[in-house]
Amino acid sequence: MTRNLLITGALAVLLQVGGMVAGLTLSPPEQHMSDLVRIMFVHVPVAWAAMATFTVTLVAAIGWLSTRRWGWDHLLDASLEVGVVLGVLLSVQGSVWGYPTWGTWWTWDPRLTSVAVMVLSFLGILALRAFVDDPDKRASWSAAASILAWGSVPFTYFCVKVMNSLHQKQTPWGAMAPEMLRVLLLNTGTVTILTLWMLVARYRLARVELQRELDT
Amino acid sequence: MKEILRQCTLVVRKELLHLWRGRARLVATAAFAFANLVVFSFAGGLHSEALRTNAAGFLWVGILLASTLALGESFRVEVQNNALEAMLLLPVHPAAIFYGKAIGNLVLLTLVGMVMIPFSVVLFDATPAGGLGRLFLTIPFGAAAISAPGTMHAALSSRARSRDVLLPLLLFPLVVPGLVAAVQATQLGFVGDAMGDYGDWLTVLAGFCVVQWGLGGLLFSFVVEE
Repeated sequence: MTRNLLITGALAVLLQVGGMVAGLTLSPPEQHMSDLVRIMFVHVPVAWAAMATFTVTLVAAIGWLSTRRWGWDHLLDASLEVGVVLGVLLSVQGSVWGYPTWGTWWTWDPRLTSVAVMVLSFLGILALRAFVDDPDKRASWSAAASILAWGSVPFTYFCVKVMNSLHQKQTPWGAMAPEMLRVLLLNTGTVTILTLWMLVARYRLARVELQRELDT
Repeated sequence: MKEILRQCTLVVRKELLHLWRGRARLVATAAFAFANLVVFSFAGGLHSEALRTNAAGFLWVGILLASTLALGESFRVEVQNNALEAMLLLPVHPAAIFYGKAIGNLVLLTLVGMVMIPFSVVLFDATPAGGLGRLFLTIPFGAAAISAPGTMHAALSSRARSRDVLLPLLLFPLVVPGLVAAVQATQLGFVGDAMGDYGDWLTVLAGFCVVQWGLGGLLFSFVVEE
């Protein structure tokens, strides 16, 4: 890992810590949920980052299938892994919030189920990549499977709008107190920066891995 | 288009012939689905009401588990002796191969599902409130929701390591939306459709099938190319 990547990574983590401190101190407690609302400041940005990262996977998959440039496969590899990590984190955060709010760590609600399906769909593709030795086939097969799996992303986003769900619908920006909105936007920015850093770092690693694989 | 349709018909014919000659595959898949239903009836305990309530879910999970056997086997025979490569050397469009094999799997899963309906009625004491029509109509749609993505992922996993683990790992999350709709429609077949929701669930199921069959036809060539 290059020195620049290490420095930018440390900066991204510091920014994220700053965002979380802001979430704990700068925003007032919510009327009904009190301090529990503070988990929203990381939960919503992680949800956005996970869905955006899986959409990058879709773009990378289409890119590979249409151009056969290895860069697209590295991006697909990177976004798959980062997306799955964010998806698992999203579910854990939701559970931590759900227990005191709903009285249960997990319930088979449409939103929770669709997130689980989304993460599992892409986790299966990570397994597929691990079990295929030929780099060319691995890239094409995982790209095709990623395009099929991406359908779970819009389903996850829209299911709270069209189905009866315990999970609340997306709050319009105007309906949020400005102090809360500022902290939410700040954390959205820091989580996005950290996600981009992870994507760049994993992309470089994928490039090195492929080079080593082709050399041996 | 006409040529692809003709090629597809030929592949379907080959699949059905293969299914007929290897009837043991059909019997083994049905037997496995039946074994699943029996296990579920034990797992549900002795509460007959609980079994009745979950009959549709048990039926579809049984079919889904059995489908992994059928789908895996359908490509195992193609990989053996490089039959798939031989087929790809012929002037046949990959989409025709995909649709031919998917229709073959659809026929097999539909037959298995239809055979399982009377067993579900008996084992779970789930007498269909509105007759058997809705149950038998739902089966081909649900089978189509499994067979298209199943054919696609069986093609992938059959040539990878640990293919037996890989196929369910890739397939199960993908078919959840279709499976939910199939279970809901089948449940309405068992308990009756007082609110008139059956058509809506069947529409959701059909929509899922259109997307999966469409994408499968488009992407299959990337999966089988050498």
